[in-house]
Formats: sequence, C-alpha cells, structure tokens
Amino acid sequence: MGSALDIVQHCGAARFFFVDFPLGNPCGKPWDRTMQDHLVSAAVELFEAADQSPTTVYAREDWGDVGWKQRYMAVDDSNRAELAIKGAALRRNRHDRQKRIL
Amino acid sequence: MKVKDPVQYMRRTKAYYEAQGFDTPYQYAHFTDVPFAKPTKSLASSTLGLVTTASTYPRAPQEPRQVDTAPIKTDLKLYAGDLSWDKSATHLDDRNSFCPIDSLQACVSEGKIGHLAPHVQCIPTEYSHRATLEHDAPEVHQRLLADGVDVALLVPL
Repeated sequence: MGSALDIVQHCGAARFFFVDFPLGNPCGKPWDRTMQDHLVSAAVELFEAADQSPTTVYAREDWGDVGWKQRYMAVDDSNRAELAIKGAALRRNRHDRQKRIL
Repeated sequence: MKVKDPVQYMRRTKAYYEAQGFDTPYQYAHFTDVPFAKPTKSLASSTLGLVTTASTYPRAPQEPRQVDTAPIKTDLKLYAGDLSWDKSATHLDDRNSFCPIDSLQACVSEGKIGHLAPHVQCIPTEYSHRATLEHDAPEVHQRLLADGVDVALLVPL
C-alpha cells in the first residue's frame, strides 16, 4: 500500500494498492479515520481478490489540493542556484568525513 | 504533466539531485519476475503482519539504518523525519495515516482479518540493493515468521 506509483511498479509488486496522496500518508489523510479505515480495508482485500502478478488497484480518494504534485522536489529558476550550493556542501562534508576515517 | 497524473518520482528525484551536481542517477530496484502466491487460508483466518519504513526512534539524516521490531501498543510512537516524504504538503502526527495499526485492528474486530501480528516490523529505506536483498528483507521475513504471520502488508512512506 503506497503512494509512489512509478517506483513500486518499476520495482515490481505482486499486489499494489495505490493511493495518490503526498508521500507520507499512504493510508489516508491525517485524522480522517473513516477514510483510513476504508482505504486499509480495500487494500487488504487484494490478498484474496488479486489473481495474478502484478496487480495494481487505484484508490479513488482525492487529496483535494493538487499543488503538492508540482511542488515536490521541483527544480526551477527559483531554487536552482541554491540546490547547486547545497550539493557542493554535501560533497564537501562527505569528503571531509572520509578524510577523518582515513 | 497533467495535474491529475501521479507524480513521476524517479524523474523528479533524478532532476533534483542533478541540480545539486550529482550526475549519476540512482538505479531503482527492478525485477522482471515478481512471484505471486495465493494465500493458503482465508484472510479472515490469517494473521497479518505490518511492515513500515518508519523507525522506533528519531534517526539522524546520515545515521545507519537497521531492521527493528516494535510491539504494537496504543501509544507506539514511530519516526520518519529522516525520510523523503512530502514535508511541505503534510505531516506524520497521525500514526495511522502511515502505519495503519488502528485501521487494521478495526479489520480484525470486523472479522475481515483473523489476527494482527503482535509486532510491527521496521525495514530501512536502504540505497544498497544488496543490503536489502541479502540482509534486511530476509531479517524482516524471519521476524514475520516468528510472529506467525500468514500475509504481510508493506506500507512504505
């Protein structure tokens, strides 16, 4: 049961219940117990309902706001320079850690 | 990308790390042969094991990750601050939204599932395919078997 359709299908899963929500809430919106119970109940049905691999079922629930789909790890002119600086810092830190180990 | 289309995470993360100057894209796990096994008993007679990529303690970003097991209890706290879920769109304050213990217990109460295993298994999000295939997955498998699990629900964050 999850929310990264491409990653799971690329890997291959015998049974996959896909919930098109932001990563982190594959079982339903926080504090919406009715939705969560419904989604989880539908997901476990796949154990018996699926008869071949791979089987993917798409949950119908909607997160509501769709802006998150464009925002997640988006790269554009507003953050390109910042990401380049961040990457350089990560590589420096990694190099420094390796030097300390040696 | 149409607004309604699922996010292409592999393409998105590749571009994100390329923007940081990491030119070698991550090779996601890929299997052409995915075995299928029919359950040997009905779900209503089965013990279900739950597997999560969250952890039982707050891990630091570069901290090595290991398989862990936690007894299922009402106040069980799980952590995933070090994982790449969508921190700008949502939160993990509600455990059931990512580790559905309460919803599974409801399934048991309704007779849909026979039993919920007494432990939740925490499997690391591991970049090394070898570490997952040769150590983490077999270790989780053994712990599920020790709990008498018939079917396992994997819920990655």
